[in-house]
Amino acid sequence: MNRSAIDLWVGVFVVAGIAALLFLALKVGNLATFSSGQSYQVFAKFANIGGLKARAPIKSAGVVVGRVASIRFDNESYEAIVEMNLDAGYQFPRDTTAKILTSGILGEQYVGLEAGGDGVMLKSGDRLRLTQSAVVLENLISQFLFSKASEAKESSREPAKDPAKDPAK
Amino acid sequence: MLPLEKLEKIAQPLRGRLERLGSTVTSHVWRLGFASRFLFYMVMHSGTALRRFRLTIAEVYFAGVLSLIIILVSGLFVGMVLALQGYETLQRFGASESLGVLVALSLVRELGPVVAGLLFASRAGSAITAEIGLMKATEQLSAMEMMAVDPVARVVAPRFWGGVISMPLLAALFSAMGIFGGYLVGVQLIGVDAGAFWSQMQAAVDLRNDIMNGVIKSAVFGVAVTWIAVFEGYDAPPTAEGVSRATTRTVVTSSLAILALDFVLTALMFTGGNAQ
Repeated sequence: MNRSAIDLWVGVFVVAGIAALLFLALKVGNLATFSSGQSYQVFAKFANIGGLKARAPIKSAGVVVGRVASIRFDNESYEAIVEMNLDAGYQFPRDTTAKILTSGILGEQYVGLEAGGDGVMLKSGDRLRLTQSAVVLENLISQFLFSKASEAKESSREPAKDPAKDPAK
Repeated sequence: MLPLEKLEKIAQPLRGRLERLGSTVTSHVWRLGFASRFLFYMVMHSGTALRRFRLTIAEVYFAGVLSLIIILVSGLFVGMVLALQGYETLQRFGASESLGVLVALSLVRELGPVVAGLLFASRAGSAITAEIGLMKATEQLSAMEMMAVDPVARVVAPRFWGGVISMPLLAALFSAMGIFGGYLVGVQLIGVDAGAFWSQMQAAVDLRNDIMNGVIKSAVFGVAVTWIAVFEGYDAPPTAEGVSRATTRTVVTSSLAILALDFVLTALMFTGGNAQ
């Protein structure tokens, strides 16, 4: 095999390798949705962040508008401080509500923003006042069990009344 | 006096073993030191390999292009098996839509660099060792020195750089082919929704944390494998047996090096902020 044929094959190999890298970056990875542009930071305090992690998406109306930059614990208020990087292309009013939501039943958690009606927009370093914590499954279950238990207590207290009340029986 | 004599009697058979252990350890450390000096010397004398880039390109052809078939076919099959096995497990939890995530993350983070590195070590690394070892056994390297040509610069360095360039490209091709194989089995054969397959994959695979780390891994493996291969070839005893042993050692040592380095790199890369 002479030199020029080797050069051709090496060229094909390098092109294929770079194409594979591009495929990984564009089709498999999130380069296409990844905005390296300007962003601004806002903070929010949550009583409970559940399973929220750094780099979790921040969505408004289902559209990803930013990412969670970091999560810290505040020693004074015993709350979690979530730092969020919002894309500079999206502006939100100052009284925007931040909620920690879950995608699907067992999906990952994300921060949902609901715009308020204030005319003044958020700027870098602002803090969102209105927040809603993550729903903790154990609390939900215990509430459900409590209400079930009290229902059962009530029905056992008046056993004779129930069948008479029900017209079908 | 008596206890000492007794002690000597007990120690006598142990002494030979201890001596052998000591000399083994010393010779390994000696080889490691020589290998490091060899790597340094080779990098410092890479001028020829980079100036006469055709030498390196020829080695990219031997190490990279000729490994393409085995890399692509194994990548395809690894991806297809991942999709089959992953689907079996995921559908139990009703999460079969996450199949794309499972296939892509395992390939990009681990299997791509590691399996491609192992294949590269056995396909290209052994060939490099055998070639350099045989050149040494047939005194071609000495002949070059007689002609005032530095064999490290002329023969070894181009092979080293050829391997270092090829390895990340091969690993990327392996991962891409594996994801395509996973797509074939997961979407075309089993019938996972194509939109969910790709979109969940894109949402979960991060460019910097996953893909770049995979590329860094494969580059590290490329340096390790080719370094071991060229050193074993250069250091091989100039006999038929010596060359064959050196070739075996290349495959064994570089496979172990890949797996050990993979553990260290994974511990460094993926247990930090990402996994919280």
